Amino acid sequence: MPGTKEIRSKIASVKSTQKITKAMQMVATSKMRRAQERMRLARPYAQKMRNVIGHLTEANPDYRHPFLVTRETKSVGIIVISTDRGLAGGLNAHIFKQTLLLMRDWQARGAQVSLCIIGSKGLAFFRRLGVPILANVSGLGDRPHVKDLIGTVKVMLDAYSSGELDRLFLVNAQFLNTMTQKPTTEQLLPIEAMDTEGLAEHWDYIYEPEAKVILEGLLIRYIESHVYRAAVENVASEMAARMVAMKAASDNAGKLIGELQLIYNKARQAAITKELSEIVRGAAAV
Amino acid sequence: MAEQHTIHVDIVSAEGEIFSGPAAMVFAPAAEGELGIAPRHAPLLTLLKAGEVRVQTPEGEYQSFFVGGGALEVQPNKVTVLADTALRARDIDEAAALAAKQRAEEALRDKPGHITQAEALAELARAAAMLKVLERLRKLRG
Repeated sequence: MPGTKEIRSKIASVKSTQKITKAMQMVATSKMRRAQERMRLARPYAQKMRNVIGHLTEANPDYRHPFLVTRETKSVGIIVISTDRGLAGGLNAHIFKQTLLLMRDWQARGAQVSLCIIGSKGLAFFRRLGVPILANVSGLGDRPHVKDLIGTVKVMLDAYSSGELDRLFLVNAQFLNTMTQKPTTEQLLPIEAMDTEGLAEHWDYIYEPEAKVILEGLLIRYIESHVYRAAVENVASEMAARMVAMKAASDNAGKLIGELQLIYNKARQAAITKELSEIVRGAAAV
Repeated sequence: MAEQHTIHVDIVSAEGEIFSGPAAMVFAPAAEGELGIAPRHAPLLTLLKAGEVRVQTPEGEYQSFFVGGGALEVQPNKVTVLADTALRARDIDEAAALAAKQRAEEALRDKPGHITQAEALAELARAAAMLKVLERLRKLRG
Protein backbone atom coordinates (compact mmCIF):
# COMPACT_ATOMS: atom_id res chain seq x y z
CA MET A 1 0.00 0.00 0.00
CA PRO A 2 1.52 3.36 -1.02
CA GLY A 3 2.03 5.98 1.62
CA THR A 4 -0.73 8.48 2.28
CA LYS A 5 1.52 11.39 1.42
CA GLU A 6 2.20 9.99 -2.01
CA ILE A 7 -1.48 9.56 -2.74
CA ARG A 8 -2.21 13.06 -1.55
CA SER A 9 0.33 14.59 -3.89
CA LYS A 10 -1.06 12.50 -6.75
CA ILE A 11 -4.57 13.79 -6.03
CA ALA A 12 -3.25 17.34 -6.07
CA SER A 13 -1.56 16.82 -9.42
CA VAL A 14 -4.67 15.28 -10.99
CA LYS A 15 -6.71 18.17 -9.61
CA SER A 16 -4.44 20.73 -11.23
CA THR A 17 -4.65 18.84 -14.53
CA GLN A 18 -8.41 18.88 -14.23
CA LYS A 19 -8.34 22.63 -13.71
CA ILE A 20 -6.41 23.07 -16.93
CA THR A 21 -8.67 20.81 -18.98
CA LYS A 22 -11.72 22.56 -17.58
CA ALA A 23 -10.32 25.95 -18.52
CA MET A 24 -9.46 24.70 -22.00
CA GLN A 25 -12.98 23.37 -22.37
CA MET A 26 -14.48 26.74 -21.52
CA VAL A 27 -12.12 28.64 -23.80
CA ALA A 28 -12.93 26.26 -26.65
CA THR A 29 -16.65 26.74 -26.07
CA SER A 30 -16.49 30.50 -26.40
CA LYS A 31 -14.13 30.33 -29.39
CA MET A 32 -16.46 27.88 -31.09
CA ARG A 33 -19.38 30.28 -30.69
CA ARG A 34 -17.38 33.07 -32.27
CA ALA A 35 -16.26 30.86 -35.14
CA GLN A 36 -19.86 29.86 -35.77
CA GLU A 37 -20.80 33.51 -35.89
CA ARG A 38 -18.10 34.16 -38.48
CA MET A 39 -19.37 31.25 -40.54
CA ARG A 40 -22.76 32.90 -40.56
CA LEU A 41 -21.25 36.25 -41.58
CA ALA A 42 -19.49 34.70 -44.56
CA ARG A 43 -22.70 33.32 -46.02
CA PRO A 44 -24.25 36.41 -47.70
CA TYR A 45 -21.08 37.15 -49.66
CA ALA A 46 -20.84 33.60 -51.01
CA GLN A 47 -24.54 33.63 -51.84
CA LYS A 48 -24.39 36.93 -53.74
CA MET A 49 -21.21 35.86 -55.50
CA ARG A 50 -22.94 32.71 -56.64
CA ASN A 51 -25.91 34.65 -57.95
CA VAL A 52 -23.78 37.06 -59.92
CA ILE A 53 -21.58 34.34 -61.41
CA GLY A 54 -24.60 32.23 -62.26
CA HIS A 55 -26.15 35.18 -64.02
CA LEU A 56 -22.96 36.06 -65.79
CA THR A 57 -22.37 32.58 -67.16
CA GLU A 58 -25.95 32.34 -68.30
CA ALA A 59 -25.82 35.70 -70.04
CA ASN A 60 -22.63 34.70 -71.88
CA PRO A 61 -23.24 31.13 -73.03
CA ASP A 62 -20.64 31.38 -75.80
CA TYR A 63 -17.76 32.10 -73.44
CA ARG A 64 -16.53 29.37 -71.11
CA HIS A 65 -13.89 30.32 -68.60
CA PRO A 66 -11.27 27.56 -68.02
CA PHE A 67 -12.43 27.35 -64.39
CA LEU A 68 -15.79 26.12 -65.66
CA VAL A 69 -14.55 23.57 -68.18
CA THR A 70 -13.94 19.95 -67.24
CA ARG A 71 -10.92 18.42 -68.92
CA GLU A 72 -9.25 15.05 -68.84
CA THR A 73 -7.75 14.54 -65.39
CA LYS A 74 -4.05 13.72 -65.29
CA SER A 75 -3.17 15.56 -62.15
CA VAL A 76 -5.14 16.52 -59.08
CA GLY A 77 -4.56 19.18 -56.48
CA ILE A 78 -5.94 18.93 -52.96
CA ILE A 79 -6.18 21.78 -50.49
CA VAL A 80 -6.14 20.24 -47.03
CA ILE A 81 -7.23 22.33 -44.09
CA SER A 82 -5.98 21.13 -40.72
CA THR A 83 -5.52 22.70 -37.31
CA ASP A 84 -2.41 24.33 -35.90
CA ARG A 85 -2.71 22.84 -32.46
CA GLY A 86 -3.49 19.40 -31.12
CA LEU A 87 -5.73 18.24 -28.29
CA ALA A 88 -8.71 18.26 -30.58
CA GLY A 89 -9.71 14.62 -30.38
CA GLY A 90 -9.59 12.75 -33.66
CA LEU A 91 -10.32 15.76 -35.84
CA ASN A 92 -7.03 15.97 -37.72
CA ALA A 93 -6.75 12.18 -38.00
CA HIS A 94 -10.15 12.08 -39.70
CA ILE A 95 -9.19 14.85 -42.11
CA PHE A 96 -5.94 13.10 -43.02
CA LYS A 97 -7.69 9.80 -43.53
CA GLN A 98 -10.21 11.41 -45.85
CA THR A 99 -7.38 13.03 -47.78
CA LEU A 100 -5.45 9.77 -48.06
CA LEU A 101 -8.53 8.00 -49.39
CA LEU A 102 -9.03 10.73 -51.98
CA MET A 103 -5.34 10.56 -52.95
CA ARG A 104 -5.43 6.80 -53.31
CA ASP A 105 -8.58 7.02 -55.34
CA TRP A 106 -7.02 9.39 -57.88
CA GLN A 107 -3.66 7.64 -57.90
CA ALA A 108 -5.49 4.42 -58.76
CA ARG A 109 -6.91 6.24 -61.78
CA GLY A 110 -3.40 7.19 -62.80
CA ALA A 111 -3.45 10.82 -61.77
CA GLN A 112 -0.63 12.75 -60.12
CA VAL A 113 -1.54 14.24 -56.76
CA SER A 114 -0.14 17.46 -55.32
CA LEU A 115 -1.13 19.06 -52.07
CA CYS A 116 -1.63 22.47 -50.58
CA ILE A 117 -1.58 22.42 -46.81
CA ILE A 118 -3.22 24.87 -44.47
CA GLY A 119 -2.33 24.38 -40.80
CA SER A 120 0.86 23.04 -39.22
CA LYS A 121 -0.55 19.67 -38.14
CA GLY A 122 -1.26 18.82 -41.76
CA LEU A 123 2.22 19.88 -42.79
CA ALA A 124 3.83 17.66 -40.15
CA PHE A 125 1.80 14.71 -41.37
CA PHE A 126 1.93 15.03 -45.15
CA ARG A 127 5.55 15.87 -45.66
CA ARG A 128 6.45 12.37 -44.51
CA LEU A 129 4.54 10.95 -47.47
CA GLY A 130 6.79 12.46 -50.10
CA VAL A 131 3.89 13.90 -52.07
CA PRO A 132 4.69 17.30 -53.62
CA ILE A 133 3.40 20.15 -51.49
CA LEU A 134 2.91 23.22 -53.64
CA ALA A 135 1.94 25.75 -51.04
CA ASN A 136 1.53 26.05 -47.32
CA VAL A 137 0.22 28.48 -44.78
CA SER A 138 0.17 27.89 -41.04
CA GLY A 139 -0.59 29.85 -37.93
CA LEU A 140 -3.83 31.41 -39.13
CA GLY A 141 -5.01 31.42 -35.52
CA ASP A 142 -8.60 31.40 -34.38
CA ARG A 143 -9.58 34.16 -36.76
CA PRO A 144 -8.46 33.30 -40.27
CA HIS A 145 -8.42 36.23 -42.68
CA VAL A 146 -8.97 36.17 -46.41
CA LYS A 147 -5.75 38.05 -46.97
CA ASP A 148 -3.72 35.25 -45.38
CA LEU A 149 -5.22 32.74 -47.79
CA ILE A 150 -4.95 34.68 -51.06
CA GLY A 151 -1.36 33.64 -51.81
CA THR A 152 -1.88 29.99 -51.00
CA VAL A 153 -5.01 29.75 -53.11
CA LYS A 154 -3.36 31.65 -55.95
CA VAL A 155 -0.58 29.06 -56.21
CA MET A 156 -3.20 26.37 -56.80
CA LEU A 157 -5.27 28.51 -59.19
CA ASP A 158 -2.17 29.37 -61.20
CA ALA A 159 -1.24 25.69 -61.37
CA TYR A 160 -4.73 24.99 -62.65
CA SER A 161 -4.63 27.78 -65.22
CA SER A 162 -1.26 26.66 -66.54
CA GLY A 163 -2.50 23.09 -66.91
CA GLU A 164 -0.38 21.57 -64.14
CA LEU A 165 -3.55 20.61 -62.33
CA ASP A 166 -6.75 19.42 -63.94
CA ARG A 167 -8.86 19.29 -60.84
CA LEU A 168 -8.76 20.95 -57.45
CA PHE A 169 -10.32 19.57 -54.30
CA LEU A 170 -10.79 20.94 -50.83
CA VAL A 171 -10.79 18.76 -47.71
CA ASN A 172 -11.83 20.16 -44.37
CA ALA A 173 -13.88 19.29 -41.32
CA GLN A 174 -17.51 20.15 -41.72
CA PHE A 175 -19.20 21.53 -38.64
CA LEU A 176 -22.46 19.63 -38.27
CA ASN A 177 -23.05 20.38 -34.60
CA THR A 178 -21.11 20.52 -31.36
CA MET A 179 -20.86 16.75 -31.12
CA THR A 180 -20.30 15.91 -34.77
CA GLN A 181 -17.66 17.14 -37.17
CA LYS A 182 -17.33 15.25 -40.41
CA PRO A 183 -14.47 15.51 -42.89
CA THR A 184 -15.77 16.52 -46.30
CA THR A 185 -14.36 16.68 -49.79
CA GLU A 186 -15.48 19.34 -52.20
CA GLN A 187 -14.50 19.94 -55.78
CA LEU A 188 -13.33 23.53 -56.19
CA LEU A 189 -12.24 23.40 -59.82
CA PRO A 190 -13.66 23.02 -62.34
CA ILE A 191 -16.62 24.74 -60.76
CA GLU A 192 -19.65 22.55 -60.97
CA ALA A 193 -22.64 24.08 -62.69
CA MET A 194 -24.08 27.04 -60.82
CA ASP A 195 -27.72 26.83 -60.02
CA THR A 196 -29.32 29.32 -62.34
CA GLU A 197 -32.80 28.67 -61.07
CA GLY A 198 -34.60 31.72 -59.88
CA LEU A 199 -33.04 33.75 -62.64
CA ALA A 200 -36.21 33.84 -64.63
CA GLU A 201 -35.70 37.32 -66.04
CA HIS A 202 -33.23 37.39 -68.86
CA TRP A 203 -31.54 40.71 -68.79
CA ASP A 204 -27.92 41.46 -69.28
CA TYR A 205 -25.56 43.86 -67.59
CA ILE A 206 -23.48 46.62 -69.00
CA TYR A 207 -19.93 45.36 -68.48
CA GLU A 208 -17.09 47.58 -67.56
CA PRO A 209 -14.49 46.30 -68.49
CA GLU A 210 -15.53 43.35 -70.62
CA ALA A 211 -17.32 40.32 -69.24
CA LYS A 212 -14.32 37.96 -69.41
CA VAL A 213 -12.16 40.13 -67.16
CA ILE A 214 -14.96 40.54 -64.65
CA LEU A 215 -15.76 36.85 -64.67
CA GLU A 216 -12.12 35.97 -64.00
CA GLY A 217 -11.97 38.39 -61.06
CA LEU A 218 -15.21 37.06 -59.65
CA LEU A 219 -14.31 33.40 -60.03
CA ILE A 220 -11.01 33.88 -58.19
CA ARG A 221 -12.78 35.65 -55.36
CA TYR A 222 -15.44 33.00 -55.32
CA ILE A 223 -12.85 30.25 -54.80
CA GLU A 224 -11.06 32.32 -52.18
CA SER A 225 -14.23 32.94 -50.25
CA HIS A 226 -14.94 29.23 -50.44
CA VAL A 227 -11.56 28.37 -48.94
CA TYR A 228 -12.01 31.10 -46.35
CA ARG A 229 -15.37 29.70 -45.32
CA ALA A 230 -13.86 26.22 -45.09
CA ALA A 231 -11.04 27.56 -42.92
CA VAL A 232 -13.50 29.22 -40.55
CA GLU A 233 -15.63 26.11 -40.47
CA ASN A 234 -12.53 24.12 -39.64
CA VAL A 235 -11.82 26.43 -36.70
CA ALA A 236 -15.36 25.91 -35.44
CA SER A 237 -14.92 22.15 -35.78
CA GLU A 238 -11.56 22.27 -34.05
CA MET A 239 -13.00 24.15 -31.10
CA ALA A 240 -16.00 21.83 -30.88
CA ALA A 241 -13.77 18.76 -30.98
CA ARG A 242 -11.46 20.25 -28.37
CA MET A 243 -14.40 21.15 -26.18
CA VAL A 244 -15.67 17.56 -26.25
CA ALA A 245 -12.18 16.09 -25.73
CA MET A 246 -11.50 18.39 -22.79
CA LYS A 247 -14.85 17.62 -21.25
CA ALA A 248 -14.04 13.91 -21.41
CA ALA A 249 -10.61 14.60 -19.91
CA SER A 250 -12.13 16.60 -17.04
CA ASP A 251 -14.66 13.86 -16.36
CA ASN A 252 -11.94 11.23 -16.35
CA ALA A 253 -9.85 13.33 -14.00
CA GLY A 254 -12.87 13.61 -11.70
CA LYS A 255 -13.29 9.84 -11.68
CA LEU A 256 -9.60 9.36 -11.03
CA ILE A 257 -9.70 11.80 -8.12
CA GLY A 258 -12.64 9.88 -6.64
CA GLU A 259 -10.80 6.59 -6.84
CA LEU A 260 -7.60 8.03 -5.42
CA GLN A 261 -9.54 9.64 -2.60
CA LEU A 262 -11.00 6.27 -1.72
CA ILE A 263 -7.56 4.65 -1.69
CA TYR A 264 -6.29 7.52 0.40
CA ASN A 265 -9.09 7.18 2.95
CA LYS A 266 -8.51 3.46 3.24
CA ALA A 267 -4.78 3.94 3.74
CA ARG A 268 -5.41 6.61 6.34
CA GLN A 269 -7.93 4.43 8.17
CA ALA A 270 -5.50 1.51 8.13
CA ALA A 271 -2.74 3.67 9.56
CA ILE A 272 -4.99 4.89 12.38
CA THR A 273 -6.17 1.39 13.19
CA LYS A 274 -2.59 0.17 13.24
CA GLU A 275 -1.51 2.95 15.53
CA LEU A 276 -4.43 2.35 17.89
CA SER A 277 -3.76 -1.35 18.14
CA GLU A 278 -0.12 -0.60 18.83
CA ILE A 279 -1.10 1.75 21.66
CA VAL A 280 -3.54 -0.77 23.08
CA ARG A 281 -0.96 -3.53 22.87
CA GLY A 282 1.60 -1.25 24.50
CA ALA A 283 -0.83 -0.40 27.32
CA ALA A 284 -1.62 -4.09 27.84
CA ALA A 285 2.06 -4.90 28.12
CA VAL A 286 2.54 -2.36 30.87
CA MET B 1 -47.05 55.45 -59.50
CA ALA B 2 -44.71 57.38 -57.32
CA GLU B 3 -41.15 57.61 -58.56
CA GLN B 4 -38.63 55.63 -56.56
CA HIS B 5 -36.09 57.88 -54.93
CA THR B 6 -33.99 55.32 -53.16
CA ILE B 7 -32.04 52.28 -54.10
CA HIS B 8 -31.21 49.39 -51.81
CA VAL B 9 -27.51 48.96 -51.14
CA ASP B 10 -25.74 45.89 -49.77
CA ILE B 11 -22.04 46.01 -49.08
CA VAL B 12 -20.75 42.56 -48.21
CA SER B 13 -17.31 41.09 -47.77
CA ALA B 14 -16.23 37.50 -47.30
CA GLU B 15 -15.73 38.19 -43.60
CA GLY B 16 -19.06 39.83 -42.96
CA GLU B 17 -21.78 42.25 -43.94
CA ILE B 18 -20.61 45.85 -43.92
CA PHE B 19 -23.67 47.86 -44.82
CA SER B 20 -27.25 47.25 -45.82
CA GLY B 21 -29.91 49.87 -46.31
CA PRO B 22 -31.55 52.37 -48.63
CA ALA B 23 -29.57 55.08 -50.38
CA ALA B 24 -30.26 58.10 -52.52
CA MET B 25 -26.99 57.73 -54.35
CA VAL B 26 -23.92 55.50 -54.30
CA PHE B 27 -20.40 56.46 -55.34
CA ALA B 28 -17.81 53.80 -56.03
CA PRO B 29 -14.25 53.66 -57.40
CA ALA B 30 -14.82 51.53 -60.51
CA ALA B 31 -11.89 50.15 -62.45
CA GLU B 32 -12.57 52.59 -65.29
CA GLY B 33 -13.13 55.63 -63.10
CA GLU B 34 -15.27 56.99 -60.30
CA LEU B 35 -18.89 55.99 -60.65
CA GLY B 36 -22.08 57.47 -59.26
CA ILE B 37 -25.18 55.35 -59.18
CA ALA B 38 -28.61 56.85 -58.78
CA PRO B 39 -31.87 54.91 -58.38
CA ARG B 40 -33.07 53.25 -61.62
CA HIS B 41 -29.56 52.97 -62.98
CA ALA B 42 -29.18 50.49 -65.83
CA PRO B 43 -27.94 46.99 -64.82
CA LEU B 44 -24.19 47.14 -64.59
CA LEU B 45 -21.37 44.87 -63.53
CA THR B 46 -17.93 46.28 -62.92
CA LEU B 47 -14.78 45.67 -60.95
CA LEU B 48 -13.70 48.08 -58.24
CA LYS B 49 -10.33 49.53 -57.42
CA ALA B 50 -9.16 50.10 -53.89
CA GLY B 51 -10.81 53.21 -52.55
CA GLU B 52 -13.82 54.68 -50.89
CA VAL B 53 -17.41 53.67 -51.43
CA ARG B 54 -19.72 56.47 -50.39
CA VAL B 55 -23.37 55.98 -49.68
CA GLN B 56 -25.68 58.98 -49.54
CA THR B 57 -28.56 58.07 -47.28
CA PRO B 58 -32.09 59.30 -48.09
CA GLU B 59 -31.61 61.89 -45.31
CA GLY B 60 -28.72 63.34 -47.22
CA GLU B 61 -25.94 62.16 -44.97
CA TYR B 62 -22.84 60.47 -46.31
CA GLN B 63 -21.40 57.23 -45.06
CA SER B 64 -18.13 56.04 -46.44
CA PHE B 65 -16.51 52.63 -46.46
CA PHE B 66 -13.06 51.61 -47.54
CA VAL B 67 -12.83 48.70 -49.94
CA GLY B 68 -9.63 47.01 -51.05
CA GLY B 69 -11.21 46.26 -54.40
CA GLY B 70 -13.98 43.95 -55.45
CA ALA B 71 -16.99 44.02 -57.71
CA LEU B 72 -20.08 46.15 -58.06
CA GLU B 73 -23.36 44.87 -59.34
CA VAL B 74 -26.27 47.12 -60.19
CA GLN B 75 -29.72 45.70 -60.67
CA PRO B 76 -32.70 47.96 -61.42
CA ASN B 77 -33.46 48.61 -57.76
CA LYS B 78 -30.51 47.11 -55.96
CA VAL B 79 -26.79 47.74 -55.69
CA THR B 80 -24.47 45.06 -54.37
CA VAL B 81 -20.86 45.75 -53.54
CA LEU B 82 -18.79 42.60 -53.18
CA ALA B 83 -15.91 44.10 -51.25
CA ASP B 84 -12.44 42.66 -50.73
CA THR B 85 -11.21 42.84 -47.17
CA ALA B 86 -7.61 42.93 -48.27
CA LEU B 87 -5.86 45.34 -50.54
CA ARG B 88 -5.62 43.66 -53.92
CA ALA B 89 -3.12 44.28 -56.62
CA ARG B 90 -1.40 41.96 -59.06
CA ASP B 91 2.05 42.29 -57.48
CA ILE B 92 0.75 41.94 -53.92
CA ASP B 93 -1.07 38.73 -54.84
CA GLU B 94 2.00 37.52 -56.66
CA ALA B 95 4.21 38.13 -53.63
CA ALA B 96 1.75 36.32 -51.37
CA ALA B 97 1.72 33.33 -53.72
CA LEU B 98 5.50 33.26 -53.78
CA ALA B 99 5.64 33.34 -49.98
CA ALA B 100 3.20 30.43 -49.77
CA LYS B 101 5.34 28.42 -52.19
CA GLN B 102 8.49 29.18 -50.24
CA ARG B 103 6.93 28.10 -46.98
CA ALA B 104 6.04 24.75 -48.54
CA GLU B 105 9.54 24.30 -49.92
CA GLU B 106 11.20 25.19 -46.62
CA ALA B 107 8.96 22.82 -44.75
CA LEU B 108 9.89 20.00 -47.11
CA ARG B 109 13.59 20.77 -46.94
CA ASP B 110 13.70 20.57 -43.14
CA LYS B 111 14.74 17.10 -42.10
CA PRO B 112 11.85 15.26 -40.53
CA GLY B 113 12.73 14.92 -36.88
CA HIS B 114 14.08 18.42 -36.75
CA ILE B 115 10.86 20.34 -36.21
CA THR B 116 9.27 17.28 -34.71
CA GLN B 117 10.79 17.91 -31.29
CA ALA B 118 7.41 19.15 -30.13
CA GLU B 119 5.82 16.00 -31.51
CA ALA B 120 8.35 13.81 -29.71
CA LEU B 121 7.62 15.59 -26.45
CA ALA B 122 3.91 15.08 -26.96
CA GLU B 123 4.53 11.40 -27.69
CA LEU B 124 6.61 11.13 -24.50
CA ALA B 125 3.88 12.78 -22.44
CA ARG B 126 1.34 10.38 -23.90
CA ALA B 127 3.50 7.36 -23.08
CA ALA B 128 4.09 8.61 -19.54
CA ALA B 129 0.36 9.10 -19.03
CA MET B 130 -0.31 5.58 -20.29
CA LEU B 131 2.26 4.12 -17.90
CA LYS B 132 0.65 5.98 -15.03
CA VAL B 133 -2.74 4.53 -15.87
CA LEU B 134 -1.30 1.04 -16.07
CA GLU B 135 0.42 1.48 -12.75
CA ARG B 136 -2.80 2.69 -11.17
CA LEU B 137 -4.74 -0.26 -12.57
CA ARG B 138 -2.17 -2.67 -11.22
CA LYS B 139 -2.45 -1.10 -7.77
CA LEU B 140 -6.23 -1.25 -7.81
CA ARG B 141 -6.21 -4.91 -8.78
CA GLY B 142 -4.06 -5.60 -5.76
